[in-house]
Amino acid sequence: MSVNYIPATFAVLRDNDRCIKCRACERQCSNEVHYFDADFDKMLVHEDQCVDCQRCVTICPTNALKIIENPNSFRKASNYSQQLILENYRQSSTGAVLLSSMGNPQDFPVYWDKMLINASQVTNPSIDPLREPMETKVFLGKKHTHITRNADGSIDTSGQSPQLEIAYPIMFSAMSYGSISYNAHESLARAATELGTFYNTGEGGLHQDFYQYKTNTIVQVASGRFGVSKDYLDAGAAIEIKMGQGAKPGIGGHLPGKKVSDDVSKTRMIPKGTDAISPAPHHDIYSIEDLRQLIFSLKEATDYKKPVIVKIAAVHNVAAIASGIARSGADILVIDGFRGGTGAAPTRIRDNVGIPIELALASVDQRLRDEQIRNEISIVAAGSIRSSSDAVKAFALGADAVYIATPALLAIGCHLCRSCHGAKCNWGIATQRPDLVKRLNPDVAYKRLVNLVHAWDHEIKEMMGGMGINSLESLKGNRLMLRGIGLTDRELKILGIMHAGE
Amino acid sequence: MITIDAKNKYYKELNREIADAPDSDVTVENVCGQRYIGTNASDKTITVIGTPGNGLGAYLNGVNLVIKGNAQDATGDTMNAGEIVIHGCVGDACGYGMRDGKILVKNDAGYRAGIHMKEYNEKIPNIIIGGKTGSFLGEYQAGGRIIVLGIGYEDVCPVGGFCGTGMHGGEIFIRTKKRPVNLPAQVEITTASDEDMDSIKGSVSEFCERFDIKASDILSSHFYKLTPNSSNPYTELYVNQ
Repeated sequence: MSVNYIPATFAVLRDNDRCIKCRACERQCSNEVHYFDADFDKMLVHEDQCVDCQRCVTICPTNALKIIENPNSFRKASNYSQQLILENYRQSSTGAVLLSSMGNPQDFPVYWDKMLINASQVTNPSIDPLREPMETKVFLGKKHTHITRNADGSIDTSGQSPQLEIAYPIMFSAMSYGSISYNAHESLARAATELGTFYNTGEGGLHQDFYQYKTNTIVQVASGRFGVSKDYLDAGAAIEIKMGQGAKPGIGGHLPGKKVSDDVSKTRMIPKGTDAISPAPHHDIYSIEDLRQLIFSLKEATDYKKPVIVKIAAVHNVAAIASGIARSGADILVIDGFRGGTGAAPTRIRDNVGIPIELALASVDQRLRDEQIRNEISIVAAGSIRSSSDAVKAFALGADAVYIATPALLAIGCHLCRSCHGAKCNWGIATQRPDLVKRLNPDVAYKRLVNLVHAWDHEIKEMMGGMGINSLESLKGNRLMLRGIGLTDRELKILGIMHAGE
Repeated sequence: MITIDAKNKYYKELNREIADAPDSDVTVENVCGQRYIGTNASDKTITVIGTPGNGLGAYLNGVNLVIKGNAQDATGDTMNAGEIVIHGCVGDACGYGMRDGKILVKNDAGYRAGIHMKEYNEKIPNIIIGGKTGSFLGEYQAGGRIIVLGIGYEDVCPVGGFCGTGMHGGEIFIRTKKRPVNLPAQVEITTASDEDMDSIKGSVSEFCERFDIKASDILSSHFYKLTPNSSNPYTELYVNQ
């Protein structure tokens, strides 16, 4: 074997006093890290194949295993991290583009952690969500600029564009069947249905079995048009046009033919084993006018009954782009920040392209307000909303609702080992291998998703109550409820908030 | 047969009227730029007299459209079934992502005809263009068949540059003696064999019959056939981080 220069990233520590050689770790590891050596009569490891997914640690009946970062390291330097050195080795030996998955792990500022939420004291008393009604239901879509009333005093909603009614201001963002498993999709679909919110098919079509959840399904249309048919468009409660993704702005999708299994082939409506290519540009869209053409073709095909969503990645000129989209006829805009997850993205793109959702959201909301077109479109913030407090801060910066994906995957067992692109997910999520997929039990997983959203919703209500706010509508864009901590004047200006103490 | 006058009608109103027409045979007169004709209709034959707007027959699902005039951009976008027959020219991105059915264009097509065309099981889409096409014909083609007859362009190659860029499925036939220029390495070009010609004979004959062209003259000409070169595929080389 030639020297490959690459030391194992993780060390697998086995307590041989505890190990009973049951070989459960060996059976559970799709990366084939553990193996039994009959000559030595003990369990040994191929450490270099370990991705630290924690499956073996969790499953070991005698707690004999620990995975740690390999303490063996190259000579320390701030400029050249071990990671960078290894990446150069990998590229030198293959000539290939580095591929990664899940959100940008680099040490960029997380503005959510530099904003603090207000609470009432003495005046404008806080509200107890356990005893008082609190409204976190949201309607997404174009709103009338002025309220007019009917003769009986009720609000006139005639001529209102179609609205997406969500019981919680939290939806599950797009993850295609192909990138995640059948059981993961089923879990999301059932959870969205029970909650009264929405999950999103991603660009890989809608599996026949999941048409039953259609009232809680957002169907996506991307440049490859996979699985897009009349039935598919009719099935969605809303249609999302994917122009970009936060994890890989300017980059499209490429599902290799080997991942196009029988079932994925049926869902995408392409032959088994062929590559599914959806390039970043829609080659029929080169302007806002062209986008408008696609939006209205979808509206025409579905009789103007469904809201059309346009999803873009947060990039430098996001406010101007959003202004165009708000005038394009789209009902809902999704802005996806650069820390959003992905099933596979070139590493350099994921780690260096795009901007944080916090800054993008604040500047888009402000721009649309300045231009007096904020009512023309609802805004959904996506791309690393990690907790209910991130969500509350997003609402205060102007979001009508948030999309979550990484927290949803965590809810169903993801351990964020960031190896989705290997398609050997030991937790049965980012894989199509039947033996791995069956490890994810949708009956259990969907309840965990429901629990997560219920918990977040209660926390959102508590934080709103603390601010003396009883309706999400009063929190939306209410930047007085936020203060920055440790931010520069420039950052505060973009976020449209004051510093703590002001 | 029902006749609808499109004069001064907004597309939304016109398309609703066509879809609701109590006859399966509808003729629309004085069409001038109205978009998405046929998109919301089903089980109809719609004859369009005039110039329809963009997105003609988008997501078409079993409707027959006959255009007595030229069509514009994004005709037959993501078409699922049916037929679009154009007695004239068509604009850009004709048949984007189409999965089944056929588009017959008497004269020329613009850029990117047949982009992202796909096939699935028994669904095999067909685009036949009588004249010439712009650049990027069959870009990202993943299935189905595109035939360019080049009638009236016998001395030049009737397809533009970068034909079949990103092609990874399906086939393109071009009636010409001039090889297309700058083909990507992933596209293989051969002279159509007798067997190949047999495979397109039915489609070409049908086209010729529709537009009153002598099929034997066309079928006896030299055709090139373009297919993805499986020995040189688009395997993007990635290494796991």
